[in-house]
Parts: sequence; structure tokens; C-alpha cells
Amino acid sequence: MSQTRKQLLVDPLVDNNPITLQVLGICSALAVTSSLNVAFVMSLAVIAVTGFSSLFISFLRNYIPNSIRIIVQMVIIASLVILVDQIIKAYAYEISKTLSVFVGLIITNCIVMGRAEAFAMKNTPFNSFVDGVGNGLGYSLLLMCVGVVRELFGSGTLFGITILDPVNNGGWYVPNGLLLLPPSAFFIIGFLIWGVRSWKKSQVEAREYKIQSLEVH
Amino acid sequence: MSNSNNIFTKFKNMPVDGIVKTVIVATALCFVCSMVVSFAAVNLKSIQEVNKAIDKQKNILQVAGVYHEGIDVNKTFSSFQPLVVDLNTGKFTDKFDPSIFDDKKASQDPLLSISLKNDPASIGRRTNYATIYLLKKDDGSLDKVILPIHGYGLWSTLYGFIALENNLNDIFGLQFYQHAETPGLGAEVDNPKWKAQWKGKKLNNKNGELMIQVAKTKKYKEHHIDALAGATLTSNGVDNLVKFWMGEDGFKKFLSNFKNGAA
Repeated sequence: MSQTRKQLLVDPLVDNNPITLQVLGICSALAVTSSLNVAFVMSLAVIAVTGFSSLFISFLRNYIPNSIRIIVQMVIIASLVILVDQIIKAYAYEISKTLSVFVGLIITNCIVMGRAEAFAMKNTPFNSFVDGVGNGLGYSLLLMCVGVVRELFGSGTLFGITILDPVNNGGWYVPNGLLLLPPSAFFIIGFLIWGVRSWKKSQVEAREYKIQSLEVH
Repeated sequence: MSNSNNIFTKFKNMPVDGIVKTVIVATALCFVCSMVVSFAAVNLKSIQEVNKAIDKQKNILQVAGVYHEGIDVNKTFSSFQPLVVDLNTGKFTDKFDPSIFDDKKASQDPLLSISLKNDPASIGRRTNYATIYLLKKDDGSLDKVILPIHGYGLWSTLYGFIALENNLNDIFGLQFYQHAETPGLGAEVDNPKWKAQWKGKKLNNKNGELMIQVAKTKKYKEHHIDALAGATLTSNGVDNLVKFWMGEDGFKKFLSNFKNGAA
């Protein structure tokens, strides 16, 4: 794999992460991270959709009329999402019940549209596919990080395996109920963004305005 | 150069933003996408339906309190006896094969259902025949009765089961297997802590009046289930549907017949 393609795949993991830097796709990141099993299946679904939607859109990029390009992108993305949804319902029924509407909502996940519009419309199919998968992976990485914190401290398990023995099973760990509720993901994502921007200073955005210092005239 | 090639070059040379090309691209894309989607939906339907059936059986086991992780659902389910009840007469009927009778289909069929005038559960039509499940003890005496219930919540129809003890008045449990209520609010009808409240509650008082209620304020301790916080409309929906199915238009006739051995 050439250097640029490697970059396309690796860059979105930390340096250009769709959640921490672009702050896209927050809604589903709050909803599906309370258990790792669910977050994992959601990650696979998003990787598949971002990858293949970028691939197909890039194939068609020279034939897509500019006036209907957003609709064309939506049709391709929506078809892929329905496909993924049907497959999950057939082969992972339990998880599909927990994911409920959120698989369908991948259609509106800004990451997918963002990559289609910003990258796939201007680049070759294979590069677009790699870029889509990379962004899907970046989303997944963050989903899994948030999921680990929420499931471990919220219910004392990881992938459903008990790590910290919770009190209501006769153990010692008092689970933190807040972590099972969607707002807790806001805090965790906030801390992660803080962490990443302290580590990679270049991600810190410039101030849009500066507060005037008080002077006596 | 062949004719098809001609058309293709012609198409290729059209201006990308012209009306003709726009229409052709849009039509072709919609056609291909709809083929893909319908192909997937039709081919995966049978697997999805098997999943749904197993899930329904699992829910019956859960509401009867005999489910635990790793159990053989199909085998355990065979100890439940399905029977079809005629809701108008309140008696068992052998007109249908209970193992394949579909209540949901029946409630769409004008010959097998009635249109409701008094419809608190907002279900429109009610089937005349419902499939219920009896769980027997080892000595052959009745252990639990599982009745199907459904009704409208906030966004969706909630489908579920209610399990009664063998005195046909004490609730053993309640569980919904299909709904699309708000996650975190209305979807808390699946919360084990909330469901645990139903156990031991009584449907009717000593005079045989239906007293069970889901409400914020506690009127009668033995008939009261706390409403869900932040989900008033879902709670009202559950309240209405339980009252409907346990009432005169629901299973009340059958339950009193069954109790007197006249079903």
C-alpha cells in the first residue's frame, strides 16, 4: 500500500478523527456505547457503510449531475444502510433489537455524507474506499473507547464478561448508573477531546474573537 | 461499432448537468438501488421470521419465569400448551390449530375480528380468537396462564404477554417483546426493576371489579404499578392496554369461565 493510502487509512484514527476533531456523528456515539457488543456491531455497520458508499459514489462521480448530487449520495447511502439493517436483523437479532433505530440513522450520520461529499466526489474509487474505511475506523475507535469506560464502570463488565463484581450479584463493586445513561457519553467524549488536543496541540482551534482587556481611557 | 456502444458514447458525451442525463442517472440509480434493497429484504425474510418466532417463545418463557441464559428455547417451550380462546364466548375453541394460529393476522381479517367502538388501547380491531399458553406443574395441575396483550403507547403498538398465577387473579409478570418507544424513557418498560413491580399485584378486587392500574399516585396498594418517570404517554398506554385486555372486551369472560371450570 502506498504512503498516501496508508495515510488515508491512519489519519482519521487520531490526527483527523471524525468525532474528536470534526465533532461529527455524536448522536449515535451517545446512543450505542452503553455496551461493547452493541458498539462493536454498530462500528462494523458504519465501517461497511462509509467504505462502500464512498466506493460506489466515487465510481459514479463523473456521471452524477451536480444539481442532484446530494440526493444521489443519499440514495446510495440509504440503500446500503437498509442492506446492513436487514443483514443484522437476520444474523444478529438480539443486537438488532438493542440497536433498533440507530442502524437506520446511519443514513443521517454526518460522517458518511461528509466523506462522500468531501472526498469521494473528487477521488478515485479505491482511495475513496480506503478513506471511508479509515473514517469508519476512527469513529469505531472512539466508540470502543467510550464503550469500555461506560460498560466497565456502568455495569462492571466488558463484552458481557464480569470484570468488577457488582454488588447485586454479591460482589463489591457499586456500579455507576449515570454511565449507562446517554448523557455520560457527552462527558467522556468531552474528556477525550480535551486529552487528544492536549497531546496534539495542532488540533486546538484558533479563537474566533478575543475578549478586550479592560483599559482606562 | 455496435448499436449499444453508440448509445453509450452518446450518453457519455451528454452534458453532465443536462436534464436528459439527470433524469437517466436518477432513474437508473433508483432502479438499481430498489432491486438491491428488495432482493435483500425478500431473501432474508425467512431467516428474520425464524428469529422472531424464537424471540416470541423466549419471551413467553421469560414472562413465565422459566428462562435462563443458555437454555434450549424450543425444548423448554414444548412444556407450554398453546390453546385458542374465543373471546366472545370466553371458551376454548378447536376451530384453529393453536400451534400455527396467528392472532395478529386474525385481527386484520374482518371475519375473525370486530371493529371496536370503545377502544382505550387504540388497536382499532380486536381479534375474536386469541392464542394463550398454559404451563402445567409436574403433577398436571395448572401453574401459570400466559395471555397475549397489545396496545398503543406513544410511538408504537406495544406487543407483549402477561402471566397470571393459577388463581387467575395474581399477576406473575408482564413483558413486551415488540415496541418502538423512546429509548431511555418509554423503552424502560423493558427495565427489569420496573417489570418486577407487577409480580403479586391483583387484577380484581374481592367484588370482581377490575382495579389494576399504572399511575403516578398510589390509590390501592395491591393493584398499583408506578408509572414510568418521563414517559407519561407510554405509561398511560400500558395502563389502557392492560385494563382493556383484562376487561370485559378482553379476557375477563374467559378467566371467570376458566376459574369455574366452564371454559
